[in-house]
Amino acid sequence: MLEIKNLHVKLEEEEKQILKGVDLTVEDGKVHAIMGPNGSGKSTLSYVLSGRDGYEVTDGSATLDGEDLLEMEPEERAAAGVFLAFQYPVEIPGVGNMTFLRTAVNAQRKARGEDELSAADFLKEVRAKAKSLKIDADMLKRPVNVGFSGGEKKRNEILQMAMLEPKMCILDETDSGLDVDAMKLVAEGVNALRDEGRGFLVITHYQRLLDHIKPDVVHIMADGKIVKTGGPDLALEVENNGYADILAEVN
Amino acid sequence: MALPEVKQTATEARLANLVMPDAGCTRAAREDALARVLEMGLPGRRDEYWKYTRPDTLVAPEAPRAALFDPDEAMLFADLDRLKIVFVDGVFSPEQSDDLTLEGVTIDRIEDICFKDIHWAKELYGVLEARGQSPVQRPLAALNTAFAADGIAIHVSGKPSKPISFIYRHASETSDAMLHHIIRVESGAEVTILENGPAASRFNKCMEIDIADGGVLHHVRAQGRDHERRAATHMFTRLGQESVYKSFTLTVNGVLTRNEQVVELTGDDAVAHVAGACVGDGDFHHDDTVFITHDAVNCESRQVFKKVLRNGATGVFQGKILVKEGAQKTDGYQISQSLLLDDDSQFLAKPELEIYADDVACSHGSTSGAIDETALFYLRSRGVPTKEATNMLTLAFLAEAVDEIEDDALSQAIVDRLEGWMSRHS
Repeated sequence: MLEIKNLHVKLEEEEKQILKGVDLTVEDGKVHAIMGPNGSGKSTLSYVLSGRDGYEVTDGSATLDGEDLLEMEPEERAAAGVFLAFQYPVEIPGVGNMTFLRTAVNAQRKARGEDELSAADFLKEVRAKAKSLKIDADMLKRPVNVGFSGGEKKRNEILQMAMLEPKMCILDETDSGLDVDAMKLVAEGVNALRDEGRGFLVITHYQRLLDHIKPDVVHIMADGKIVKTGGPDLALEVENNGYADILAEVN
Repeated sequence: MALPEVKQTATEARLANLVMPDAGCTRAAREDALARVLEMGLPGRRDEYWKYTRPDTLVAPEAPRAALFDPDEAMLFADLDRLKIVFVDGVFSPEQSDDLTLEGVTIDRIEDICFKDIHWAKELYGVLEARGQSPVQRPLAALNTAFAADGIAIHVSGKPSKPISFIYRHASETSDAMLHHIIRVESGAEVTILENGPAASRFNKCMEIDIADGGVLHHVRAQGRDHERRAATHMFTRLGQESVYKSFTLTVNGVLTRNEQVVELTGDDAVAHVAGACVGDGDFHHDDTVFITHDAVNCESRQVFKKVLRNGATGVFQGKILVKEGAQKTDGYQISQSLLLDDDSQFLAKPELEIYADDVACSHGSTSGAIDETALFYLRSRGVPTKEATNMLTLAFLAEAVDEIEDDALSQAIVDRLEGWMSRHS
């Protein structure tokens, strides 16, 4: 269970408050969606949870199953079960995708005191999971995300998620830059991972992703806070009327 | 013209400590080389070509002491089937070397060639070195031609089944070694030359390579990691029509290294690739100086040099492509990059193009940078610890240079060596 309480975050380099008291609890097995206008702090929330540099937490807490995430290094958070699917997956020339995946899987297992996966077992698993995401052998061999199309990059994120089997998946605008077919494929990959022990936080601008990944709870974020929470219908309301009505109502 | 007094004095002091070997048929070439040394003088601090690398300790009469390093890992290429030629502090060791017979090549010690009728050797020893003295002077190479005490002559007439591997062992803390090898690759012949080991406290090595039409030479070298060793090496390579020369050098530590590559493309459609990866920590100075001359049509040259530097290490790259008049359709590429792992290290680069033909494609680029923080975060967010992630990105940075090695077993040996270095130094 992810519990965020009264989270206040500012930029490290300048006096700019981005998150102004976020309260959010994502129970195991649930899918929460966060929607909101540009600049509301959605991506910042995802970065702060995964431990990216450049942000300063000025108040509040964030825990995963009771463990304080904010005290951990990014790799410790990953081993604890946090996974961020990047809005813009990073290209890493010179590092093979397969090598990267295997290093990541085994590093996490090692950090948790588990045995490393043998080369043969790893290969078997990665091939099966890649196949369901329509990731071919060539994509696995190529350097991480280098020369990948937008859709391929996002599918590669989901493959990493499938291999790492995190407890808490944060998807930061995973639908951006995807055509309808690619979005379906990515959504299927996510849905396949839905499990009663795993929570999801899906950040998106558009309701259409939520047609494919059905959320249990929808939050509206504005100006660094969750301003409204509701069921799946709330996403439809945004789609039909935009944010203006909701924001006016809140204010 | 008289030499400046400082240079004159330094040159005389160095020469006073050297004795020209009594080497019969190379005698004339050695005398000529000595005359070149006297005319040019040995390198000094004020020489433009030595602006970024201080030659003092390379020129001093005595070699500075260098502690022996006891490596905790197997010698490079140990598992590889190869013909081993071993030198200890610059002296050929018949006991440690393999039998020098191999189908497709003839291998002799330089001092023995005079007793045999080896015309090619007499026509090569000191010849490419002398050609390489213009337009830039390389006095340490001339000094080597004159005084090298040992060396090997390899005549390649076929395609030997395994690489020829020079192994340079370092045994004395004050050893001062000079070796001069010559290699002639005949038309259509192909050979792989390997070199590894720290060689000596101070090592001056010269290799002259003459590749006839259609000949191929692959060269992979790793300079030993003895921290205090010094080396000045020159490789002079002349390429005939449709011939190929591919050279890669790995340098891991060593307090001072200057590697010069002087390549002359004299036959149409020839290909020359020179690459280097170096990793330096602390009191480490590494200089790659490359001069490639295109003097024929439709030739290709590539220079790919990558340096990883930390804790105050210094990397230097001086690379030049000279395209002579008439060398049309030249394809020249040059890249030199450094990865600076902290603020104390520095990279000094001087890329040069000089082009006298009008239908050529030449490009060069040089960059210095730190580890990509975005990539580092991406790896860490997947659970890869910082140290391991940094090592992955460092190896990735060097990959472009290491990829220049065509043979998979050889490139894997180099990658293993780099991984070993990173696990010890991070």
